[in-house]
Amino acid sequence: MLWYAGKRILQMIPVFFGATFLIYFMVFSLPGDPIAALFGDRPPAPGVIAQIRAEYNLDKPFIVQYFLYIGGLFQGDLGTTYSGRPVSDVMASAFPITARLALLALVFEAFAGILVGLIAGLRKGKWFDASALVVSLLLISVPTFVIGFVLQYVFGIQLGWFRPTVSGDAPWSELVLPAIVLASVSFAYIVRLTRASVADNLNADFVRTATAKGLSRRRVVTVHVLRNSLVPVVTYLGVDLGSLMVGAIVTEGIFNINGVGGTVYRAVTLGEGPTVVSFIAVMVIVFVVANLLVDLLYAALDPRIRYAK
Amino acid sequence: MSLPIVDAVNEQYDSSTEPLLQIRDLEVGFQTQRGIVPAVRGVDLTLYPGQTLAIVGESGSGKSTTAQSIIDLLPGTGKVTGGQILFEGRDLTTLSAREIQEVRGNLIGYVPQDPMSNLNPVWSIGFQVEEAIKANNIAQGKEARLRTIQVLQEAGLSDAGDRLKQFPHQFSGGMRQRVLIGIGLSSRPKLLIADEPTSALDVTVQRQILDHLATLTRDYGTSVLFITHDLGLAAERAEQLVVMYQGKVVESGPSQEILANPQHPYTQRLVAAAPSLASRRIQAVKQNDSADTEIFAKGAIDTTLLERAAEREHAAPAKDLISVRNVSKVYRIRKQGFRTDELKAVNDVSFGVQKGTTTAIVGESGSGKSTVAKLLLQLESITSGTIEFDGQDIAGLRGSELLKFRRRVQPVFQDPYGSLDPQYSVGNTIAEPLLAHKVGSARERQTRVLELLDQVSLPASTRYRYPSELSGGQRQRIAIARALALKPDVLVLDEAVSALDVLVQGQILNLLTELQTELGLTYLFITHDLAVVRLVADNVCVMRKGQIIEAATTDEVFDNPRETYTQDLLAAIPGGNFEFGR
Repeated sequence: MLWYAGKRILQMIPVFFGATFLIYFMVFSLPGDPIAALFGDRPPAPGVIAQIRAEYNLDKPFIVQYFLYIGGLFQGDLGTTYSGRPVSDVMASAFPITARLALLALVFEAFAGILVGLIAGLRKGKWFDASALVVSLLLISVPTFVIGFVLQYVFGIQLGWFRPTVSGDAPWSELVLPAIVLASVSFAYIVRLTRASVADNLNADFVRTATAKGLSRRRVVTVHVLRNSLVPVVTYLGVDLGSLMVGAIVTEGIFNINGVGGTVYRAVTLGEGPTVVSFIAVMVIVFVVANLLVDLLYAALDPRIRYAK
Repeated sequence: MSLPIVDAVNEQYDSSTEPLLQIRDLEVGFQTQRGIVPAVRGVDLTLYPGQTLAIVGESGSGKSTTAQSIIDLLPGTGKVTGGQILFEGRDLTTLSAREIQEVRGNLIGYVPQDPMSNLNPVWSIGFQVEEAIKANNIAQGKEARLRTIQVLQEAGLSDAGDRLKQFPHQFSGGMRQRVLIGIGLSSRPKLLIADEPTSALDVTVQRQILDHLATLTRDYGTSVLFITHDLGLAAERAEQLVVMYQGKVVESGPSQEILANPQHPYTQRLVAAAPSLASRRIQAVKQNDSADTEIFAKGAIDTTLLERAAEREHAAPAKDLISVRNVSKVYRIRKQGFRTDELKAVNDVSFGVQKGTTTAIVGESGSGKSTVAKLLLQLESITSGTIEFDGQDIAGLRGSELLKFRRRVQPVFQDPYGSLDPQYSVGNTIAEPLLAHKVGSARERQTRVLELLDQVSLPASTRYRYPSELSGGQRQRIAIARALALKPDVLVLDEAVSALDVLVQGQILNLLTELQTELGLTYLFITHDLAVVRLVADNVCVMRKGQIIEAATTDEVFDNPRETYTQDLLAAIPGGNFEFGR
């Protein structure tokens, strides 16, 4: 198991370099001159532009720029934004907010999704199951920003249960509604996945044997049906962490949250290579680590899976 | 070891003349969109304390449904729609969910059919046994753990203490079935329902397990309701038989009586078709000719067999069509790190097969018999040694030569569900080899398909149907038709009838025998079932751990087995000691 985890961590090295290189290249290839854009309508003296370009290494070829950036990275320098703020500073303010948002969303979709999916699977064909299917289909087919605006209007403005927008330091309580919006699509998938898996396992031979042993219905369901049904759900949750990050860009926009999504979006439009790459690199690492954790959890849930080789 | 609950029950239940289980006019149906489809239609049976009763019938006869309805384990939309199930005088059909939960495990134990799928793969063996013990309040806490070990040891797992933390996939099928028997008997129930408890196991393991089960239930005084499709097995294990057919009891009574004098036509067919009785049938015909054969629907087999045997005696010994010499097959198994282990699946095997004869290769799973088939079919490469077919070494065949060889040697596999493409109509399935070898025009191929369907006794309309719409026996007929499409010389039948019910098995064996005489085919018959071997084979090779330990004519092997292992295999045939039908 340790050997397996170690190997997976080693695999992260090429993934890290590959991802940062590709993203740096893409930002570099974006059309338009980011420095000229900084000055708007009043063009500055040509010397000033050249000086700024030199300062940000923009006058050097792409490959040199990339290695200068990576070199800085290893010395703990993530570069600066075009407004002169260190990228590490921006990250320190943006990441905790998005991490809170994503975590809340993940917890919500996992618990609520598995619960609703379990009940629907146990009552396959009954009204609860039918309505769960309809609701999840709605959530999947309606775009997130529509759901976001509707919930914001109903719960934030009409009913006043939540603040319609989130304040600067984004406390947990204010993030509940955005988290539900962010989780909505994945919640729907988890409901469907759990439902199918539970309904499948209910017909398994070992469940009948467990019943024949004289176990209570509750124990049969929690011990023998639920655990076996969680394996595919857990796999999905790991992959889903990536889509939560992407989804955060839309959700953060709706609720005016100063998280990763908004920051990366602004950095891309400004063509700030170091900012974009640094953020994405962290996301890549989070994604890879989350998937490693899922794989290990997978082995814990299903003893037939052993990562020996 | 005596358990308070059971003792209490024992006290109030002293007069043994009262039945333990009495099923009266039971009706079970499955709810479908078109209404209720009856599966069990008025079943009556009575089981007294300490007795063993077997319900016999083919799949779909309602035998398992009857058993499952006793403790409300009916799958899906199944429901008891009428009648009574009296257990110690209490009607189980009227109990609430909570009350029936008290009965399950505690008073009525259950041993399911397939040990592979009946243990939860994600929980350890110890956990799954202990859970049953705790649920029935036999013991709690530390004592429950000790009791778990005891239960498993009694069920025949001597190293139970060390293996509690292991998971089902680390146990063999036989061991898992022992665990399931342990669970079923863990609370010393008054009644044990054993639903085909050994059909998924090798014949030698089957015998050990059933012997053990018999000992345990005798010691505990447990009554057993035994469900099986195997008449020989039922007769050997139960005092009372109930024969079911299409949801109804067609015959019931003491086992010996039913076997000696079956009244209902279905039971008569079942007795006649049970392959375990074949050896006796063949000899009976030999001794007093045709007098007895008329009562057997399938008596035709014997006469053709005899004629063929007689013909063969006259014929001069011909050259071997297939000759296997010193063949070995070694697999490399990857172990931890970069080390590999060698597994000798086939070890220095030699035998010859003459044209027009049937050679059976017999052995338990893992003995290497299927590997021999794969080597002969050139689906796997030979590690050392040679296989000659019609004087040609098949190892060197390439391209069109290999294609020509494949035309002459065709396989039929065990699982008719898995070896037919569900998306292909039957007609296309049978025509596919013709297409692959570019034989004839589209019209000629269609004619050949009809001819082949006729040869395997299926109506011409079958060609438009799909595998999912056909029964196991029909599918195996199609697999045979496909194999025959190219007019091969040799058929390699790898457990080709093992997955089928006895009656269907009899029909397919009959068909194979007819085809052999008609087309002069040579069969290599791979099987674990010696009873089938007796019916069709001329020569037998017994394999064990990759080697042929005994090779001789069928009669020699059956009448005078030299190796102890062969004797064990023969002794393990269910019902071998019974005299049927006379």
